[in-house]
Amino acid sequence: MVYSKRLDGRGFDELRPIEAKAGVIKNAEGSAYFRMGKTIAYAAVYGPREMFPKFKQDPKKGVIRCNYNMMPFSGAGERVRPGPSRRSKEISFVTDKALIPTVDLEDFPNAVVDVYIELPQTDAGSRCCGINAAAIALADAGIPMRDIVASVAVGQADNQILVDLTYEEEHLPEYTECESKDVADIPVAIIPSTGQISLLQMDGIIEKDALMKALHKAKEVISKISEVQKNALKEKYAAESIENNE
Amino acid sequence: MDFETKKHIIECLEKDVRYDGRKKDEYREIEFKIGLIETAEGSAYVKCGNTEVIAGVKISVEKPFPDTPEDGILMVGAELLPLSNPKYESGPPDSVAIEVARVIDRGIRESKSIDTKSLCIVKGEKVWSISVDISPINDDGNLIDIGSMAAVAAILNAKFPKYENDKVDYKAKTDSLLPFNKIPVAATVLKLGNNFIIDPTELEQEAADSRLTVTITEDNKLCAIQKGGDGTLSIEDIDKMMSMAIGKSHEIRKHIKQ
Repeated sequence: MVYSKRLDGRGFDELRPIEAKAGVIKNAEGSAYFRMGKTIAYAAVYGPREMFPKFKQDPKKGVIRCNYNMMPFSGAGERVRPGPSRRSKEISFVTDKALIPTVDLEDFPNAVVDVYIELPQTDAGSRCCGINAAAIALADAGIPMRDIVASVAVGQADNQILVDLTYEEEHLPEYTECESKDVADIPVAIIPSTGQISLLQMDGIIEKDALMKALHKAKEVISKISEVQKNALKEKYAAESIENNE
Repeated sequence: MDFETKKHIIECLEKDVRYDGRKKDEYREIEFKIGLIETAEGSAYVKCGNTEVIAGVKISVEKPFPDTPEDGILMVGAELLPLSNPKYESGPPDSVAIEVARVIDRGIRESKSIDTKSLCIVKGEKVWSISVDISPINDDGNLIDIGSMAAVAAILNAKFPKYENDKVDYKAKTDSLLPFNKIPVAATVLKLGNNFIIDPTELEQEAADSRLTVTITEDNKLCAIQKGGDGTLSIEDIDKMMSMAIGKSHEIRKHIKQ
């Protein structure tokens, strides 16, 4: 393989610089900012509140409803048309599924917890970044949870297993010389305490062995994301408790 | 809004008191961050009190409108993101969102601050198209004024991408700024009872009877007006509100220029 050094100089299983803040949107019950390299996500949680339209209410438990949206200027190429697309609807749907196993809404029948994810700037991995922000925002909102889901994309380009791919790496043969034209992008969300996977998608071409290797890599690095998420919450609530004591 | 809250807000205003301690013609503290979105050709973040917005500029090459074959295209859009306020819902923009976007768009367009003729590449075939989108992060009132500030600051910051062989190369930004020099400012004045206030919070906005948004060009002319709200205004009201808006516009323009 030719791809022996990553375009941005990272190690192959090194994440991009990550940054997280909790409680960034005043109007929301809970909120977060999450950055992975040049991909930025905001998440805001509103609810539990009564579900409308009514036919979507579940009399046994509350429902989580995620909404993923790219801001019109958030793509490196042409303007992204505002409003839902097939892509954004699917991502909203899989984000729901990624978060559901960790939240416990049995005490909120007929209610909805709305999670709005907005991306002002993207460079691949936007659904993962959105999930990371959303998980912090849910915890910040005080929604009963078993754990805080963390997410990262792994993949393969030029037969090399990569962690946290950039846009250029998702299209590697266009940017650098490659022996293999095959690229695979695998967004994964993991529940850190159990290692269970709640989101798994794949785009591209990869062999089973490589895929399994990539998944193990994801499991290895997820604790780093998880730590940043927890620190963001700790920082917010530490600052609040100091204010209250004063 | 319930009657008691509204009454209380107005009674306070009669005594020159606003809930956050400001004077009636005082703006909240304004903070600008310019060029923070790398994927946009130009961008600005504006925080005014608890209202926060991001505006981004995307530039493309399009076919001009048949009635203006030599003019480039300028479009300003705004979405009331449900992320920014619990009262907003997902879905196509409703009339409130459309009004915000249209009023900002009209102010910038009618100010003629942008020389659309110089955006022409090939007459009748290709012109530059400038799309400015405003995304609120947290809406605590006065979105029209603050969104307009962000939009103008983003346009001032925008640089053309490279254009070669009929293709826009978004990775290569040039050093040339947009042909935009004179800064239009939107200033909104609200009427609550017999009081006039500027830069309302969401609560004040909901208690207001009527609203007047005036966009003022750099040479102190008016280029767009919009009366909003369910109440009516007398000619004397309009006179007072316009003077207040024009007076405030100089201060806001200074902020944008920095």
